[in-house]
Amino acid sequence: MPLPVLRVQDLKTYFYTGAGVTRAVDQISYDIGRGEIVGLVGESGCGKTVSALSILQLIQSPPGRIVGGRIELEGRNLLDLGTREMESVRGDQISMIFQEPMSSLNPIFSIGEQVSESLRIHRGLSKRAALDQTVKMLELVGIPSPERRVSEYPHQMSGGMRQRVMIAMALSCQPKVLIADEPTTALDVTIQAQILELMLSLRQELNMAILLITHDLGVVAETTERVVVMYAGKVVEEATARTIFRSPLHPYTIGLLGSVPSLDNVTRERRGRERLQEIPGLVPSLDNLPAGCNFQPRCARAMDVCLGQEPDLKEIEAGHLVRCWLHA
Amino acid sequence: MGAERKQYSYRLSLGERLRQRTGGPIRRLLRHRLATVGTLLVLAAIVCALAAPLLAPYDPLEQDLRFRLKPPLWRAPEGEKFLLGTDQFGRDVLSRIIFGSRVSLAVGTASVLLGGSLGLFLGLCAGFFGGWIDDVIMRLADVQLSFPFLILALCIIAILGSGLINLIIVLSLYGWVVYARLIRASVLSIKEIEYVQAARAIGQSTAKILVKHILPNVIAPFFVISSFQVARIIIIEASLGFLGLGVPPPTPTWGNMLSDGREYLQEAWWIGTFPGLAIAVVVLGINLLGDGLRDALDPKTYLKS
Repeated sequence: MPLPVLRVQDLKTYFYTGAGVTRAVDQISYDIGRGEIVGLVGESGCGKTVSALSILQLIQSPPGRIVGGRIELEGRNLLDLGTREMESVRGDQISMIFQEPMSSLNPIFSIGEQVSESLRIHRGLSKRAALDQTVKMLELVGIPSPERRVSEYPHQMSGGMRQRVMIAMALSCQPKVLIADEPTTALDVTIQAQILELMLSLRQELNMAILLITHDLGVVAETTERVVVMYAGKVVEEATARTIFRSPLHPYTIGLLGSVPSLDNVTRERRGRERLQEIPGLVPSLDNLPAGCNFQPRCARAMDVCLGQEPDLKEIEAGHLVRCWLHA
Repeated sequence: MGAERKQYSYRLSLGERLRQRTGGPIRRLLRHRLATVGTLLVLAAIVCALAAPLLAPYDPLEQDLRFRLKPPLWRAPEGEKFLLGTDQFGRDVLSRIIFGSRVSLAVGTASVLLGGSLGLFLGLCAGFFGGWIDDVIMRLADVQLSFPFLILALCIIAILGSGLINLIIVLSLYGWVVYARLIRASVLSIKEIEYVQAARAIGQSTAKILVKHILPNVIAPFFVISSFQVARIIIIEASLGFLGLGVPPPTPTWGNMLSDGREYLQEAWWIGTFPGLAIAVVVLGINLLGDGLRDALDPKTYLKS
């Protein structure tokens, strides 16, 4: 694995609400190598987004708080930084793009003003220089006639175009890490492919690492090199993408993969046999987690030990980690 | 195609950009017919207030008991020269209405400016920072809302004494709650929108996010509510004047004139009627303008077109 550029270690982000403590992210760790693409996968509400927002310290506080762990960017712990220093990291070293391109741009500013903002903050460019640079960025992300588009407003653009603008905005300072939180979920399939391809090609060009948060295993298979699977605020499995798809070990990962139609499944279905599998039950509520292994109530292979004690994350072979008693 | 005169619009001069931006709302406002009427009425009132000494035919304070309770021109015998009649001291009603507009408009705008900025500031803080700041500000607002306004005004004026400045203070204190609650509610909804988070994700500071992303999005409802507040304040000022809590006589104010007119309603109806009409017309004008502003400034109504 290449040298990690971003290292998340035992990160804990808890939400303190009237009802008690919600452990949205509970001691998760992962590394992202320089220029690497890592997929962060899991069902809705498993803590993917919270863990990403924690990296940039964008957790709404109160009620949320990062209560422990380290987030190291090239060896520097971001959690030790002051507000000012953190502001200078955001958008410059680490950028983020969001799920909803429709609401991620402020309707009252032109595209150019919004994209150039980051350049003006971090590079100290003049308004005009920043706008010239913005035109180049918009060209880079494949927006046609960028010099005309810079003075347009978000409502004049389609969802795919806006997501390209968001990418331009995130990449304008050539960050080392890009966090993409479900960047294609709100887009239709053809646009999805274009946006993913764009992100991949820009990664090559700018040599940045990408943390791709998604629940779409198809996207993961197509793009990522390594996959971290999260369940109920914890990492349950981590391996290279190839291993995850070929030989998943955790019953949850197996279930996730089984719930996606693959070409094999389709042909089998033609023959009228197998249906898509589902994982029974629901994601447990984070403030009322089951005893023992958090996945145990939904697990077909649960044993006695699963009820009593939570398994540790174990390295089964180099680079393949699993949190399951079956492989302890 | 025309490469030599290719001009990027983002390179427009400041003036051109300004025109592009402000041209929109004003044009939209004037397309609204009733709003145009409102604007004209408000402008007329402002001209009256500013040019009162030039417009008023008489000194509003000059008493002349020989011309006591003279009826308006069209009901008066030949030779009389008071367009809207005179009051019980022989003062010209028209001149007093013209000078009275000064107090009404001054009180209206000053209290809205003062109360509005206070409310805007507190509302922004309460909505954006939340937590205990929000609690303190909003409980304060609740306490104030639970207080009958006239009693509050009576207390403050009893303590501070009556006068123009004190009146403005009272009315500003009265008004801030309306703004604070409105602004807080808008901020609460806007700060959850992803572009605020996106702005934070590119490293913008909290202060800048407040000023650049949140404020412009709440300022339109603020203007709209301000215009309605001016109208309300003018009415409240008149009611305070009517109760004798406003600007003390002999300064002509519409409220004082109404109060004077009440006693003579049987024999000299014009003393109270015309200031009442003035209030009604100005308030109507401001409300029409406010309605128009609401449509012109609301991005939801104009971005669709």
